Amino acid sequence: MSSHVVLEARGLTRRFTGVLALSGVDFRLRAGEVHALMGQNGAGKSTLIKVLTGVYPADAGELTLGGETIHPSSPAAAQRLGISTVYQEVNLCTNLSVAENIFAGRYPRKPAAGLWRIDWSRMAVDARALLARLNLDIDVTRLLSSYPVAVQQMVAIARALSVEAKVLILDEPTSSLDEQEVERLFAVLRQLRGEGMAILFVTHFFEQMYAISDRITVLRNGELVGEYLKAELPPAALITAMVGRELSAAAGRNEQATVAAGPALLEATGFGRRGTLNPVDIGLRRGEVVGVGGLLGSGRTELARLLFGLDRSDSGELQIDGTRVRFDNPAQAIRHGLGMCPEERKFDGIVAELSVRENIALALQARLGIWKYLSPARQKEIADRFVKALGIKTPDIDTPIALLSGGNQQKVVLARWLATEPRLLILDEPTRGIDVAAKQEIMNEILSLARGGLAVLFISSEMDEVVRVSDRIVVMRDRSKVGELPGSSSEQAVYHLIAAGA
Amino acid sequence: MQRLLRHRLLWPAVTLLLLLAVNAVFNPGFWQLQWRGGHLYGSIIDILNRAAPLALVALGMTLVIATRGIDISVGATVAIAAAVAALMIGGELVVKDGVQTHVSRFPMSVAIVAALVVAAGCGLWNGLLVAKVGMQPIIATLILMVAGRGIAQLLTGGQIITVYYAPFFFLGNGFLLGLPFAVFIAAAVWGVLHLLMTRTALGLFIQTIGINPAAARLAGLHERLITICVYTFCGLAAGIAGLVISSNVKSADGNNAGMLMELDAILAVTLGGTLLTGGRFSLAGSVLGALIIQTLTSTIYSIGVPPEINMVVKAAVVFVVMLMQSAEFRAAVRGWVVRPAAGATR
Amino acid sequence: MTSAMKLDSRYVPLLGTIVVFALTAGYGSVAYTGFFSAQVFLNLLIDNAFLCIVGVGMTFVILSGGIDLSVGSVIALTTMVSAALVEHHHWSAAQAIPLVLLIGTGFGAFMGWLIQRFRLQPFIVTLAGMFLARGLCYLISIDSISITDATYTAISQARIPLWGSGASITVSALLALGMVAVGIWLAHTTEFGRTVYAIGGSEPSALLMGLPVARTTVLVYTFSGFCSALAGVVFTFYMLSGYGLHAVGLELDAIAAVVIGGTLLSGGVGYVAGTLFGVLILGIIQTLIAFDGSLSSWWTRIVIGALLFVFCLLQRAFESRR
Repeated sequence: MSSHVVLEARGLTRRFTGVLALSGVDFRLRAGEVHALMGQNGAGKSTLIKVLTGVYPADAGELTLGGETIHPSSPAAAQRLGISTVYQEVNLCTNLSVAENIFAGRYPRKPAAGLWRIDWSRMAVDARALLARLNLDIDVTRLLSSYPVAVQQMVAIARALSVEAKVLILDEPTSSLDEQEVERLFAVLRQLRGEGMAILFVTHFFEQMYAISDRITVLRNGELVGEYLKAELPPAALITAMVGRELSAAAGRNEQATVAAGPALLEATGFGRRGTLNPVDIGLRRGEVVGVGGLLGSGRTELARLLFGLDRSDSGELQIDGTRVRFDNPAQAIRHGLGMCPEERKFDGIVAELSVRENIALALQARLGIWKYLSPARQKEIADRFVKALGIKTPDIDTPIALLSGGNQQKVVLARWLATEPRLLILDEPTRGIDVAAKQEIMNEILSLARGGLAVLFISSEMDEVVRVSDRIVVMRDRSKVGELPGSSSEQAVYHLIAAGA
Repeated sequence: MQRLLRHRLLWPAVTLLLLLAVNAVFNPGFWQLQWRGGHLYGSIIDILNRAAPLALVALGMTLVIATRGIDISVGATVAIAAAVAALMIGGELVVKDGVQTHVSRFPMSVAIVAALVVAAGCGLWNGLLVAKVGMQPIIATLILMVAGRGIAQLLTGGQIITVYYAPFFFLGNGFLLGLPFAVFIAAAVWGVLHLLMTRTALGLFIQTIGINPAAARLAGLHERLITICVYTFCGLAAGIAGLVISSNVKSADGNNAGMLMELDAILAVTLGGTLLTGGRFSLAGSVLGALIIQTLTSTIYSIGVPPEINMVVKAAVVFVVMLMQSAEFRAAVRGWVVRPAAGATR
Repeated sequence: MTSAMKLDSRYVPLLGTIVVFALTAGYGSVAYTGFFSAQVFLNLLIDNAFLCIVGVGMTFVILSGGIDLSVGSVIALTTMVSAALVEHHHWSAAQAIPLVLLIGTGFGAFMGWLIQRFRLQPFIVTLAGMFLARGLCYLISIDSISITDATYTAISQARIPLWGSGASITVSALLALGMVAVGIWLAHTTEFGRTVYAIGGSEPSALLMGLPVARTTVLVYTFSGFCSALAGVVFTFYMLSGYGLHAVGLELDAIAAVVIGGTLLSGGVGYVAGTLFGVLILGIIQTLIAFDGSLSSWWTRIVIGALLFVFCLLQRAFESRR
C-alpha cells in the first residue's frame, strides 16, 4: 500500500506576534489516501492549512509538491499549483450558477465576430461531466444558492477537479451536513482516493474521522506529535496524543461542600435549535459549578448562546426559578440575573477603543439603563475593585482595553459580569490565552463565588480545569449531550464517555 | 504639553485658527467687532451666525455616524420643516385697531412644534428602516432624500413661501445679549447633548454600538432602540436648523433649502475627528468642523477667489481626511517614507 | 424535474420590474387618450437617453456592491467642458467629444483606484468626486454657456424616422439603446462582467477563486465614468448648453432606475435590461404626471421615492429569506 508522497512539508514554522503557531512541523500527504489532521483548539491545524494553501508564508521550513519546492503566495497561486481547498463555509459565489462557479476565472470561450465571448453551452456540458464524476446530476444553470450546502460542497469539489488538483484539502466540511449527506460526501472522497487523489481531511468529529481516514497526523501546541496509520491509533490513544499527557486518573473535585447547593435556578428541558444543538436537558442550582466537557465543535458554545438569549431556541423550554421564560435577547437574560463571558473576547467581548473602566462598567450600566448613570468616578471605584480582585495588569484605569494583553482583557470581561452581581454566570473558555498564574486566580475566584451562592456554567477545553472545579460535568459530543458525570470523575472518565461510540 | 498635542481636537482647532489667520491677512477688518444697532457686528459674528444651522445638523449627524450609520436625508428634512413652519405661520396682513399687522395662521408656537414633530418623524422613519427593517443606512436615508425633496416641494407648491410674521424672524435674525439668537439655539442644543452624553449613559451606549455592535448586544444594550432614537434626533436637529434658516431668509424654499447640506454635515463631522466607521465621537469636534467650513467659505470670498472654488476645496479636504483615516493609506505612506531594512520582507 | 414550473430566483426581481412597467403603461393607456402611441413610448427613451446611459454604468457599479454618487456632476462637467471648448476655443465636435469622454473615463478611473487601493468606502469617495466635478464646472464658468455650434445643433435636431409610422427617434436614443446592448454583452459574455457579479456576491470568495478583483473594481468605476461622460455628451445635445447646475440629483434617479430595475443594492444580482425598464418606468411616471396636468412635477420625486421604498423593502424580504 505504499504510494508516493505528493505533498511534503519539512520543519514548517510560523510565528505570530509572540506566539509560535507552528514549530518545526513535518507533514506528508500521499497519493490515493485520506489523511486526517487532528488536534485541539490552538494546536496549529488551521495555521498549517493556511500555510499549505498560501494564505501565509512559513517563517521557516520547506514545502514540496511532487518533489518540487513550492512557495504559494496566495490562495489563487496555491490553486494554480494544484492544491485545492473546500472550506466549512463554502467559498463560492452563491449568486452565480453552478457551472459558472466551477469555471470562474477559466471560462471556456469561443470567438464571435473577432471578440472572445464566454461559451455558456460548453461550460454547462463540461460542468455536468465533472459533476457526473461525483455522481451528481443537477441542473448546472441554476444558481448555487438554490442548492443545499451539501450540494454546494460537491460543486466546490468539482471545481477542484476542474483545475486538476493533485491535493484536495477539506477543512471541517461536515459541520453543516446531515448523516445522509455525509455518506454521500464520503462516497465521493473514496472514489477520488481510488483515482489517486491526495486528500487532507480536517474534522473534529471522531466517528467521521475514523470512518474515512487512512492515516492520522496529530498536532499539539504547534508541534507534530506523530503520524499514524488509523489502526495504530484507537480513540483513547488519539485523545492522549491530542491532549498531551497521561490523563489524570486522579479523582476530581470531591468536596461535598456544595451538597447544600441551593434550589434549582435554571432548568432547561429538550432545549435546542435545529441545525445548531440537539435537544438538551440541563439544570443548575444556586452555588453549583456545572462544567461542560467536550471537544471542539461539540455544541458547548451553542448551548451557552441559546441559554443566554443570543440565539433563539426552537425546541424545548427554559425555566428560571420555576417560571417559564423565553429569552429573545441578552438584555432579558441579564434581567433574570444571568451573565456570560463569551468565547471570542475579541469578537463580542471587548469594546476595543473604550477604556478598562468603561468596559468593566458596561453590563452593569446597561442593566441600570440610561438615566441611572454611573459617573466616571463611580465607574473608577468599581473598576479599581475588580482590578485588585482579579489582578488585572493595566497602566491606568483609563487605558483603552485594546492595549492590554489577551489575558488581562479576559479578566476585564469577567470583571464586567461580576460587577452585575449575577445569580448565574456562563463562562465560555474564560481561561483561554491566559498564563498559568492568572488561570489559577480566576479558577479560585470562580470557586469562592460559587461558595457564595453563584451558579456557574463552566465551559472549557482544558479538561483538567473542568474536572477540578465542577460539581457536576455535562458531557457533550457532536452537538448532543451524551451524559452527565459527578464532579469527582477523572479526566479519563470524561474522555472515555466522549470517545465511547466513536 | 504631550496631552495637549495628542488631544483629539488639536487638528480641527489648528485648521480653524489657520483659516482665521489667512482670513485676517486678506481682510484687514476681519477681527473688528462693532456695536451697532444694539448688537455686535462683524465678520466673526457673521460666521457664527451662518454656521449655526450647519452646526445643528452636524450635531445630529455626529450621533448617527457614531453608530456606524449615515443620514443623507437631512437636507430634505430641513426643507420640509421650513415648509411646514412657513405654511402654518404664513402671515396675513390684517388691520387691527386701525393698525396694519401680520398675524399668523396658527399660533407660532404651534407651528414650530408641528415643524419639529414632522422633522423628528422623518428621523424616526429613517431609524425604523435601519434598525427594524435592517436596511443599509445609505439606502434607507436615500429614500427620504428623494421623496422628501418632493414632499417639501409639494408643501410649498414649488414656490418660495414668504413669511410675513415678525416674531418668527427672531429665530434667525434676532440678537440676544448682543449675539445672534441662532448661535444660542445651536449652543443650547450642543449643551443639552453634552449633558446627555456626559451625565447619562447614552454616550457610552452609542460609542459601544458603533465600536462593536455584537458586544453591545451581548452586554445587554438595547441597540435597536438606541439606533432609532439617534436617527430621530438627527431629524429633529435638521428640523431646528430648518426653522433657523427659514427664519433667517424669511421664507421657505422647497426646491433649494438644505440642498447639499448633508454633504457639508458629513464633512463637518469627519473634520471634527469622528471616524466614519463609528465609535468614539466628538460633539465639540463637529461644531468646530461646522465653523471650519463656514470660515472656509468666508476665507475664499475674502481672498477674492470665486466662491465656486468652494466645492473644489471641499472635495480636496474630503479626500485628504478620507485618506488620513484609511489604515491602508497610512501603511502605504509609512512604506514610502521608511526604507525597508535590507533583506527583510514583511 | 419541475424546473419548468419553478422560477429561478434570480429572475424574480426582473419580472417584478417588467410587471410594474406593464401595469403603469397599461394604466396610462387606459386613463389617457393619446397615451398609447408609438411616439409617446419613444419619447420615454428620447427624453431619458442620458439617464439610460448613466444607468448602464451605475448598474455595473451597484452589481459589484458599490455606489457612484458622482455621475450627475460628471455629466455637468462634460457639458461645461464641451461648451467651453466648442464655443470659446472653437474646437470641432469631432475634437471635443473624444476629449470629454477621456476626461470622464479618467475621472472614474481615479475614483476607482482610490477605492480599491486604499480600501475607502465608495460612497464617500464618489461623494467627494461629486463635489470636485461640480466645482470644476464652476471654475470654467459660473453661468451657462449656450452651444450654437452647427454639428451639435444638427445632431440635436436630427430625427430618424421609424418604419414609416410617423414616429421618429433621435441619435441619443439610439446611443442609449446601443449602450444597453453593450452593457448586456459585457455583463454576460466577458470575464469582466462575470467578475463584477462574483465580487458583488462575495468578494472574499471571488479572491479565493482567483478572479482579478482589484483590476475589475477599478474598471467598474472607470466604466461608470465613461458612461457618465457619454451621457454628458448626449445631455449636451439635449440641452445645447454647458452649465454647472445641469443634472443635479441625477445620481439618485440613476440609482432609483437601477433598483427599480431589479438590481439588488447589496450587489451580485440584477440585469442591465432591468435598468432599461427602470428608466422607462421613471419616464412613464413623469409622462403620466404631465398627462394628468393636475399633479405638479414634484409628485414625480415622491412617487419615485415611494417606488424605491417598496422595491428596497421587497429586496430586504428577499434577502432575509435566502
